[in-house]
Amino acid sequence: MDELKKVILDYVVKEYLEEGDDRVVGADTPLITGGIVDSFSMVSLKRFLERRYEIRIPDGEATPDAFDSVDRIALLVERFRAVKA
Amino acid sequence: MYSAKTRDAYTSEIATLREVGLFKEDRFIHSPQGAEIEVEFPSGEPPRRVINMCSNNYLGLSSHPDVIAAAHAGLDARGYGMSSVRFICGTQDIHRELEKSLSGFLGTEDTLLFPSCMDANAGVFEAILGEQDVMIADRLVHASIVDGMRLCKAMTDTFKHSDMGHLEEKLQEHQDKRVRMVITDGVFSMDGDIAKLDEIVALAEKYDAMVFVDDSHASGFIGKTGRGTHEHCGVLGRIDVITTTLGKALGGASGGCVSGRRELVELCRQRARPYLFSNSVPPVIVAAAAKVIELISRTTERRDKLEWNAAYWRRLLVEAGFDVKAGNSPIVPVMLYNAKLAQDVARRLFAEGVHVVGFFFPVVPKGAARIRTQLSAAHDQAHLDRAIEAFVKVGREFEILGLGKNEIVARFGM
Repeated sequence: MDELKKVILDYVVKEYLEEGDDRVVGADTPLITGGIVDSFSMVSLKRFLERRYEIRIPDGEATPDAFDSVDRIALLVERFRAVKA
Repeated sequence: MYSAKTRDAYTSEIATLREVGLFKEDRFIHSPQGAEIEVEFPSGEPPRRVINMCSNNYLGLSSHPDVIAAAHAGLDARGYGMSSVRFICGTQDIHRELEKSLSGFLGTEDTLLFPSCMDANAGVFEAILGEQDVMIADRLVHASIVDGMRLCKAMTDTFKHSDMGHLEEKLQEHQDKRVRMVITDGVFSMDGDIAKLDEIVALAEKYDAMVFVDDSHASGFIGKTGRGTHEHCGVLGRIDVITTTLGKALGGASGGCVSGRRELVELCRQRARPYLFSNSVPPVIVAAAAKVIELISRTTERRDKLEWNAAYWRRLLVEAGFDVKAGNSPIVPVMLYNAKLAQDVARRLFAEGVHVVGFFFPVVPKGAARIRTQLSAAHDQAHLDRAIEAFVKVGREFEILGLGKNEIVARFGM
């Protein structure tokens, strides 16, 4: 797993799993549709990514679909990093 | 008129709800609300008298003779309906009096009645917060709060359930906002645990945030004199906004309110859309609710009995070997984890004369299905003794007594 996905995955596990929650989360685990991240809590993930990678993800792009797995989030971040570059 | 194709689409949506076990069916009750009710279930069957272990009739006032008499008197003196929203020609003297007595009971500066607490929660956030602000909510707040937050332009964020370290991180993170509002239930409706309001208030004061509490499952009975979670946690007067309902302990009919800082309540009066665009709470409910506040201000007898019942029932369940979620409220969840198991156990309990309902995803998280039992001051010890007999009998049939989460999941699956 590349560095970007690892950073996102670490954040997801730390931020969204409760203590004692033994669900295994991988890069392709459904986050929103799988009930791990709700649409409100997604905001903190978006803010984290924007700060960490100094990008701006427009609200229209930060959809539940685009945030539904670490793989998809990584694609989104890469796209906006490319825009920035 | 819609086409056959459209009808098919809706029919198939309903069929899917049935297939995945999410279809909800009414159980028709042929009696007033109480510790025992007469239930027609399934529909068309003759009604059966069963012990009710799942109502929000915490104080047993839903069918109390004094409350019914007050409702009759209100109906006679002020009529059936107002045919108006509050600000046109729908505010009676008794609305003002009830709002004043609710403020006195809750220990707040001002109160505004809403048609329900669902409406209060739908309107309050949009009325007092804007784009520059942030709402930081416990992840297990009630669905009506979630809907209200969706209607508000302020940023949303959440903290792990009752995790004060996580809340503090969030408060630090959002110091750039104009207003930070920490949002929590007082008593969490599905788990029955009580918010750590003393710690929340301390953090809010440290980081210049306001505190919002939905005390629907607490008003009237939590705290030594039943004022609510803020009394229980020793922070009376330090909560900025309380929403609560008249539809549970406080009479059980309908109606709710926003109560708190004078200027915040005033903004709701000016701007909250469910208040502005729906009819006044009817006089009959206002009069009955006023009587409820009078009754529970006079004596703590009913909340004391409820507290005893809750402790007794919890002990009976634990001693019988059920997996009970820890807590200190009249909501006592019996954990079964598997959705089908929860429904099957509830159905068997009904056959044994106890009315309860199985709760499962999306009402509770996946793999956390349960039967939520709720106590009432209307229950006598004999009701609880009979109910536990039924629970034990059914528990033995399913061979779940003495089992914890892992064993139940191993046997029945998530």
